[in-house]
Formats: sequence, structure tokens, C-alpha cells
Amino acid sequence: MARIEIDGESYEVEDGDNLLSACLSLGLDLPYFCWHPAMGSAGACRQCAVIQYKDAEDSRGRLVMACMTPVTGSMRVSIAAEQAREFRSDNIELLMINHPHDCPVCEEGGECHLQDMTVMTGHTFRRYRGRKRTHNNQNLGPFINHEMNRCIACYRCVRFYGEYAGGHDLQVFGVHNNVYFGRFEDGALESEFSGNLVEVCPTGVFTDKTFSAHYSRKWDLQTAPSICVHCSLGCNIAPGERYGELRRVINRYNGDVNGYFLCDRGRFGYGFVNSPERIRKPLLKGHPEITAAMAEKHFHDVLKAAKATIGIGSPRASLEANFALRTLVGEENFFLGLDDTEHTLLETITGMMRNGGIHSPSLREVEQADAVLILGEDVTHSAPRLALSLRQAARNAAFALAGTMHIPLWQDASIRQIQSQARSPLFIASICATRLDDIATDTYQGGPEDIARLGFAIAHHLNHESPEPAGLGNAENSLAAAVAAGLKLAKRPLIVSGTSCSSLAVIQAAYNVAKALPGQNPQLTFTMPECNSLGLAIMGGKRLQQAFERMNENLADSVIILENDLYRRAPGPNVDLFLKTAAHAVVIDSLINATAEKAGLQLPAAAFAESEGTLVNNEGRAQRFFPVYPAPEPARGSWQWLTGALENFQWRHHDDLTAACAITFPALAAITGVSPGADYTIKGCKIPRQPHRYSGRTAMHSDINVREPGQPHDAETPFSFSMEGAMAQVPPGLLPVIWAPGWDSNQSINKFQEETGGHLRDGDAGVRLIEKSGSLEWFRDIPAAFKPQQEVWRIIRLPHIFGSEELSLHSPSIAERLSSSCLFMNPLDAGTLGVSAGEQVAIINLAGSPEDSARDEDELIDLEENSVLEIVAQIDKTLPRGLLVITAGLPEFQFINYWTQVTLKKIHQEGLS
Amino acid sequence: MLSQLRSLWEVLKHTFVKPDTVEYPEQRRELFPRYRGRIILTRDPDGEERCVACNLCAVACPVDCIALQKAEDENGRWYPGFFRINFSRCIMCGFCEEACPTNAIQLTPDFEMCEYDRQNMVYEKQHLLIDGTGKYHDYNFYRVAGMTIGGKTKGQAENELPPVDVKTLLP
Repeated sequence: MARIEIDGESYEVEDGDNLLSACLSLGLDLPYFCWHPAMGSAGACRQCAVIQYKDAEDSRGRLVMACMTPVTGSMRVSIAAEQAREFRSDNIELLMINHPHDCPVCEEGGECHLQDMTVMTGHTFRRYRGRKRTHNNQNLGPFINHEMNRCIACYRCVRFYGEYAGGHDLQVFGVHNNVYFGRFEDGALESEFSGNLVEVCPTGVFTDKTFSAHYSRKWDLQTAPSICVHCSLGCNIAPGERYGELRRVINRYNGDVNGYFLCDRGRFGYGFVNSPERIRKPLLKGHPEITAAMAEKHFHDVLKAAKATIGIGSPRASLEANFALRTLVGEENFFLGLDDTEHTLLETITGMMRNGGIHSPSLREVEQADAVLILGEDVTHSAPRLALSLRQAARNAAFALAGTMHIPLWQDASIRQIQSQARSPLFIASICATRLDDIATDTYQGGPEDIARLGFAIAHHLNHESPEPAGLGNAENSLAAAVAAGLKLAKRPLIVSGTSCSSLAVIQAAYNVAKALPGQNPQLTFTMPECNSLGLAIMGGKRLQQAFERMNENLADSVIILENDLYRRAPGPNVDLFLKTAAHAVVIDSLINATAEKAGLQLPAAAFAESEGTLVNNEGRAQRFFPVYPAPEPARGSWQWLTGALENFQWRHHDDLTAACAITFPALAAITGVSPGADYTIKGCKIPRQPHRYSGRTAMHSDINVREPGQPHDAETPFSFSMEGAMAQVPPGLLPVIWAPGWDSNQSINKFQEETGGHLRDGDAGVRLIEKSGSLEWFRDIPAAFKPQQEVWRIIRLPHIFGSEELSLHSPSIAERLSSSCLFMNPLDAGTLGVSAGEQVAIINLAGSPEDSARDEDELIDLEENSVLEIVAQIDKTLPRGLLVITAGLPEFQFINYWTQVTLKKIHQEGLS
Repeated sequence: MLSQLRSLWEVLKHTFVKPDTVEYPEQRRELFPRYRGRIILTRDPDGEERCVACNLCAVACPVDCIALQKAEDENGRWYPGFFRINFSRCIMCGFCEEACPTNAIQLTPDFEMCEYDRQNMVYEKQHLLIDGTGKYHDYNFYRVAGMTIGGKTKGQAENELPPVDVKTLLP
């Protein structure tokens, strides 16, 4: 710690920090543009000028840029000095010279860092009468709008996009004051993190295109703290609503989880909430219109009449909803609703996390890892935000080297310079090339068995008690030795694996490596397919297959399916038979899907932005999401439909349900502490969801009735659908809207952190449920190496950021970026078949494919008798021979089983030479 | 005593003064152009809607009686998809006009807005939008702003240089 004097006041600050960060951590207002807490200092904008004095006697001082000035003991500076203020005001005036007169038609207006800083420095009147420089814009795809005129050349965008997120297609072009930030030519931004440009850009150059299509000002959005439902990481988000429609999703800071950034699936996947495919009304087959009350009565009748009712839970429903279902149908009738392999994998992972004695790191801890091994995952596609953290982890060697060279860690340009000399080891073993390969020390591609064998070999090299795979090739063996050596040197090594490969051996190999690591701090993290996969696995239940059997054996005759499309989980014919056998099938879901279409009774469930619940992310952190706006009648939260059907109706409120869930499952005991309950108030007021500037209250509904309705009452959460209430004392982790006086933009988060870029004051949201304990035996089931067979291929389904996740598929902007439905194959395999990229092939003998009669007529793909799928082939050089890769989760591939053995045939197209 | 008599005298004196009040509605006062009455939305000199749906009027409104939604035409021009003023709440303070960056929303000297049914006090865009420029005749926001709209690309607004050729290396 160092004691410094700012404007005559004495402060205690972190030694070695930069002065700007120190000032902001102290809560002082000092304008800046190019500095970003996650990206360090660049010194590009010249905005954070302060006067630094030589000593106590010095009265003149000199102008320094606070972001480039390290804090030293007994330093004396002045922010308020006239010269510094004048400099900052002049600087803004210069930056604003070419700034267009756009604020009223700019999506950034009202949450614009440039507006904030301009007001803060007092530049209120335009003196410049010359002509303004202009730029042409580019079309950057479905996510991002480009308006280059508004640029102030702070370089934040390229620093984030290129250096932080590893993108290559956003660059700076041009010279002197003509610099241009864009792509070489029009086209969608390739990076999976392009959406962050919206928040990183301090002006309106990059804005959210999906938000612009139904735009509202920040002050008009009703917001509540929420959790992203599009992958297992549980990033914190702040969705905004206006006029009953979800308008956008922005990042909500959580120092332990997502920090400042989200992935594009999380940011733009929200469109499904407004989708026309939403189930808006209850639907009873054979009845034209039914009301919610009638639906509820029918639901009761079904339950009463049933011999036994099967309940199928869901990894994308909250803990509470699953628990309510489990209580309703009884433990013996509760099935998890997971794919069979996935069920095994999640059970194993849960066992490892709870009893394996290895720490499961948060994303912040991932960023601090100094050696990483990824086994069988392309994390950019299976858990995108994790890939961004791993990119930062790869820089730790550079930070360590900088420490020895006395370079402060916030000196971004210098650290990037020495990065070429020192990079933390990152080893990737995957099925084919991954998006992180550019920073990898070494990569390995092979079938799932080969990846597992490599993992076992690494574990054996680290610790000879660990079993050794037999007959490992020389190349693999030396790679394993090199990886083991890299991991051994690390202080905080991290192993990443997950469910992408659908291989138990890969997960067990990952555990063996983590267990074999020397030292106190091995870390092991698994990616999972859905937002509550781990929560559901902790809760535990029977397999989906057992549900099918139970129905077949006539032990049950009705089924309740909670937010789950069974056709994504099990072979189509089995699901068909299951639903046909069931006398009554009730589906509670928010979107129409194949399962819901077959159900006798559809109950409209509220989407994540309309309901509340607790989710457990892949780290084992329980986090609560809250409704942003009341669920539009007659939709209700799934848990409300389910608790409403309970015999004695013991849980009227969500808090009661959470408490009961915590009591029933000791492993989930901590979930009651995730957030305060509905009785939480501050000075008698609930926390307002609407900002204090919320407009149009007396006009927005006046077209329906001029007499204003009362504000909807929220009996379930500590929030109110209102602007009434004090925001000042709300713990930052619970704040719906981030705003501070003078700081309308998201940069106001500085005011709510312990220090810039650190944890939120009063703690980050969420409670970790799992801490390391116990130890497991070595896993010894080492599979044999994968051997490609003549003319037989194995299908591998790999996740893709745009397309594999069920809900975001229904978002229009994501739909524009969907991964193509094609088949990837090895060039040698393609050569033997005589297929070149872009040509059609037929996949024959798809095991488990449904009979024709069972498919709907409007199905996308025509299946011929022998279950043949015609598909475009693409070549992937990195894919091992004998494997075919398709994108998991795309509806057209839904019926293809994982690891299916197939044969291929080239399709000769007539009329083509 | 004396003071009371003087007060009586002062009051009685007013019997012979010309009254300020008029016999409304037979007689009407002349109102100044800047009188704050019924709100209108105006058009720019080219006859296009001036309102760009920036929401500043709505946020300035102390009684929150303005609600609107931004929409965008095929040429990138912002306009209000709907624009609603609940005049039964409006207090004619004129803050909306002050806040308007495009001179779109203006208050007029018309104050005669009585209705038997309060619902009729809710004005939609078609009730608010007039065909003229109102009090401010010349201003056209899009001629000043940098946004590209139909008929105006980059470099064609007032005080703008033609777009930079980023591929040139010339200083």
C-alpha cells in the first residue's frame, strides 16, 4: 500500500497500480477513454491528465497521464488543478471536432461514455466551425452496427477484439486523423465475442443491431439481475424490457464469473423470448380454446386419474421447477430427461467434483491459471466465455516475466511486446482444430479414445501410480511427456474437459491428470451442455431410458415433461412410442418443439426473463435469476404450474420452494443464501427494476385504458416492477441497473467495485455449492486406440456456438449465423470417396433413425427407405481419418446418434460434369 | 379604523377599472405564438417527419405522459412507430419542447381540449402530426446529423467533408 495525496487529501492506495485506476477505485471522478480495467492502459486518448507535483514544495507541477503513471509512495497529484482541468476540457473539444451531431439518433445515447466524459469536463459549447471528417460504414453482420463517424480513435475496439479476444478481422486502417476501425471488407465479424464491442466502445461506433431494431433508451428499460441460460457457465446478464418485450441483454458484472464480457450467444440469443414460436396459451388437444383455469383443472384431473405419473425434468429448468416436479410425481417417478450418455457423464462429473478432492475454478481463477490442458473440448463452442478466460490465462507467463523486468502489469503495450517471449503453456487435445489453437503451445487431434489415451499417458508421466495406456505411439508418448513437463512446472495448473466428446474415458483421463498433478492447487473444470446441467445432476434421478421402460411395462400411464424436448435426448422412435403409450402427456415449456406438439396438454411456461429460479453453473455456483417483467398471462413460471397442482399446496411462494429444496438435498443446502428473499426491503421499499428516469408511465397503456393500471405486484422476489425505492443502499450484486451520478454508461460499474476490475462491494452474486473434498481412485478403464475401418465412419457430434443450443436457435440474429448443416471429413477419406468440398454425399445406415411413418410430413429432410441422409461434405484437414463431424443440436441432425457407424456414398449429380 | 376604510376604498375603486377578464367563449384573448397549449409534432422543411424518436421528450416529461417507440425506415431514418401523449395528464409545462433536439415537438396556443370522455384525451401520432414546420421553419435535423438516410449519404450533411478513402497513403 502507498499513501498518496490527491488535491490535498491523503489516501491509501495499492502500490504499483496506475494512478487512474487508483483514483477510480477511490471513487474519484477522472475522465478517461482508452483505459479499460480488463485491458490495462494504452495512453492513447490523453484524457486522464492530472498534475503531478515533485514534492511538497512544488507549486507548478507537471501534466501527466494518470493511466500511464505508476502510483508511488508520498506522491502528490491534483485532479482539480486548473491546468489539468483545462487540458482535459481542450482534449475533449479536440476529440469532439469530428463527432457528428448524432446523439438523438444514436443507440448509445443515454449510456454513452463519451457523453458522460464531455459533460464531466464541462465542454458544453461547440466552437469549431470547420468541416467534419466523415467515414463510410461497413455491414458487420447481424449483431453489430457500424457508424464510424462517431469514432474518437481510443483503440479500445481493436485492443479488445484482436488482443483480448484473439479476433483477426477487425483492424485499424488509414493514417493520421483518418484512422478507420473496421474489417478489410464488409462481412460479419468472425469473433464469437464481437458483441462486447458494444460495451467496450465508449461511443456509438459499435452498437447492438438487434437492440436497434426495437430500440429503447437505457432509462426506459425495466431490468432485473439474471443469469444467461445458453450454456453452463452461468454468466451474469442484465436483460432489459420495454412494452412487454425483451429488448436486449447486456453484461452484468460479476467479479468471479464473467467480469466485463459475454459471448455472442449469450448477448444475442435472447430473441427466443419474443419468438412467434412461444407457447402463449394453454392448449388441450381436441379443444379449441381453454383458459388457464381450465388448463389447471385438466392438469389436476390428469394427475388424479393417473395410475402413476412420470415426471421428466430438464437441465434448462431451474432447480426449483425440477424439485417441484419431483415432489409432484414422487422420487420414484422422477427422471432427469438427459441423453443416456450425457446422464452417465454428468453423474461422473458430479461425483468427481464432490468427492474428487480437486478444486473447480471460477472464471476469474481460470484467468490466473499458468498452464492449461484442454482434453477433448473446443471451449469456444461448448462454453464460449471460458475460451476468453483461457486466452487471458495464456498471458500469465508474460505477466510473470514483466514482473522480473519491473514492468507494471497494466502497461498493456509492453506486456504484449514480451508476450512473444513468454507464453503460458496451453495444450489442446481435441477431435479437430479448435478456435484456441492459435495460442496453443501444442495441439493434438484424434478420436475420443485417442484423446483419453493421451490424457491417461500425461497422468502417468506426472505420477507413475496412474495407469499407463498400452501401446501408445512414440509421437503421443513424447507429446504426453512434454505436456506433463509443462504442467509440472506450473503453480496453478488447470485441466479443462467436458461433455463435448460424449466420452467417459476423456473425463476420467482429465480427472487422472488433475489428480496426478503435484502441488496444492490443481484445478479441474468441466463444460456441460446446459445452464442447469450440474444442478440437475446434483439433484439426481433416474435415466430417461428407465422412464420409457416404465411406461412400456405399464407401470405408469401419464407423463409430465418439464421444459424438455425429448427428441433431442433420445432416438425418435423410442420417444414416439413413449408419447403414444402415455394416456396423458403434459408438456410445460416456453417454446413449441416436437415433444410439445405431441402432448395432449401444453402449459405455457414463462421464459427465463419472466420467471425466477436458481441455476447451478459448471463451477458448482448457484445463482438466482429474477423475472425482468411479469410473465404475460396466461403463461406462468414452470414451478407455479407444478406447485399449483400439488395436493395440499404447501408452497405458495418461490422462497418456500427454494427452502424445501435446500432441506431435501443437503448438497443444495446453500441455495437459500444465493439471494435475499421476497421479504427483503431497504427502508421499507423493494428494489426498483425501473431506473429513476423511467418514462411514459402514464401514457404507455393509455391507448387501452386511460385509467392507469396499478403496478404489477411481485410477491416472489426482492424486486418491484416500479421506479419507487432507493438504489443507494442496494448491494451491488443485486443492482438491476448500473448507474451512478455523472456516469450513465456501463463504466459506472467502477463505483460499485472494491477496486477497479475487482469484486463487487458486498460480494459478487452467487454461492459456491461444491468445495473440494475427498479423493477418488485412479480411473483404470483405458480404451483401445481408435482404428478407422475401411469404408465405415463414425459420426461425431460437436457443439457449435451458433446452433447447438436449443433456445438461442430461435433467436433471429443467431439464426443468421447458424453453423452450416454439413458434414466434415478428412481429406484422405474424401479422396478415397472421390468427394471434394461442397459436394453432396449420402450417409447410409443411420442406426436409430426413425421409420418413415413416425416422422412428420413437414420434416426438413426427406428420408429414403434405407434411412439415407444427403448432405454437403466439407473437408477438415485436422480431422482424423474415420471420423465424420456434424454440428450437435441442429434440428436436421437430431435423430443421428452419437458414435453411429455409417457408410458414405458420393451422390453423382446429373447435369454436372 | 383608518386602515379598514382605506382598504374598502381601494376595493371599491376597482369597480371603475377596466376588467382584465373576458367573456369567454364569446370573447377570446389573443394568445402569443409561444403560448404553451396543445402539443403537436411538426415536419421538417422537406415535408418529412421531424421526430426521430430519441425519447428525450418522454424522459423530460414530469408527468410521464409521453410514450413512443423508435422505428427505422428502409433508408435508415429513425421515426416514431407510435407516439402517444396522454393529455389528461399533460401539464403543458413545455419541457418536452425544450428537450426536443429536432424541433419536432412544439406547444401551440390552442388550449381548448375539453372532452366528455377522458379516453379521448389520449392522442396518437395521427392526431399530433401536422403538415407544417410550426414555429421553427428552417431546421432539418438530418441535414446536420452524420447519419446516412435516403437521399443523403456520408459527406453530404452540412459542414461535412467527403468520406475518407482509408486505402490512400497520402498525408
